[in-house]
Amino acid sequence: MGKEEFLFNLRQRLSVLPPQDIEDRILFYREMIDDRIDDGMSEEAAVAAVGTIDDISKQVMSEIPLSKLVMQTVRPKKEHNAGTLILLIAGAPLWLPILIAVFAVLLSLYIALWAVQLSFWAVNLSFLLAAIVSIPAAVFFFVRANFAGGVFLIGAGILLLGITMLMFVVCRLLTKALIWLTEKFFYMIKSAFVRKEAH
Amino acid sequence: MDIQLKRGLLDVSVLAAIKNEDSYGYQIIKDMKPYVTLSESTLYTILKRLETAQMLTVRSVEHDGRLRKYYHITEKGRERINEFRRDFNEILTIYRYISREETNNG
Repeated sequence: MGKEEFLFNLRQRLSVLPPQDIEDRILFYREMIDDRIDDGMSEEAAVAAVGTIDDISKQVMSEIPLSKLVMQTVRPKKEHNAGTLILLIAGAPLWLPILIAVFAVLLSLYIALWAVQLSFWAVNLSFLLAAIVSIPAAVFFFVRANFAGGVFLIGAGILLLGITMLMFVVCRLLTKALIWLTEKFFYMIKSAFVRKEAH
Repeated sequence: MDIQLKRGLLDVSVLAAIKNEDSYGYQIIKDMKPYVTLSESTLYTILKRLETAQMLTVRSVEHDGRLRKYYHITEKGRERINEFRRDFNEILTIYRYISREETNNG
């Protein structure tokens, strides 16, 4: 890829950023490529040395807060003409509730996921509490000379403790998975904004 | 390496690359190469961050009919280097302590 082609493609890919930011970055990469060519590299090699456009845009996107990305994309690049504006305002009763509904559904799904997690943890905690309580209870039974009851309680306590430990591992995995999913989801939203602008 | 730690190290490394004389992007990457591999996009982010933090200033200089940006370290930037060296001494003390524990147990 030649220098101009590379810079053109990069500019396309970064078009979600504020204009000043794009210019700054393009200038930076142009200088980097030129300096490498001055150093004796071929144009192709110099372009290859600064990294692929995919890698660059990926890094840029991961550094920029989502809110800034959305603001930049939502804000019109060119002035809207009166017709579009009127259409947008007149259509508000239609698209606004739909937008709110979509967000509400997503949010409730997310809350539901966390609620399931919370219930898992709560069950786990109750098992642990039951296991702990079974020990004084067993002592109480022994004191009252009810040996069968005491042995049963100790057995139950150990069983509950075992279940607690196993469940703890499962709960931790689930929570980690949900956090991972959340990160993935935000990245997906980010790249959705990026792709829409790039093509 | 821990991301926060690496970020801090890279910031100071870039400041160190310009502490003796003003330098430009490609020169910084070349100077750092024997010690740290730094991608262009990473360097850009670091330079921006340091500029915002007023640890360096930027000026454009004409070179072979095109503009090249030179980075100049500020007093605040030098302070950051010194601060890092002080921190590092502390880390080194702790490191010696940790290493000693390891030899005792193993």
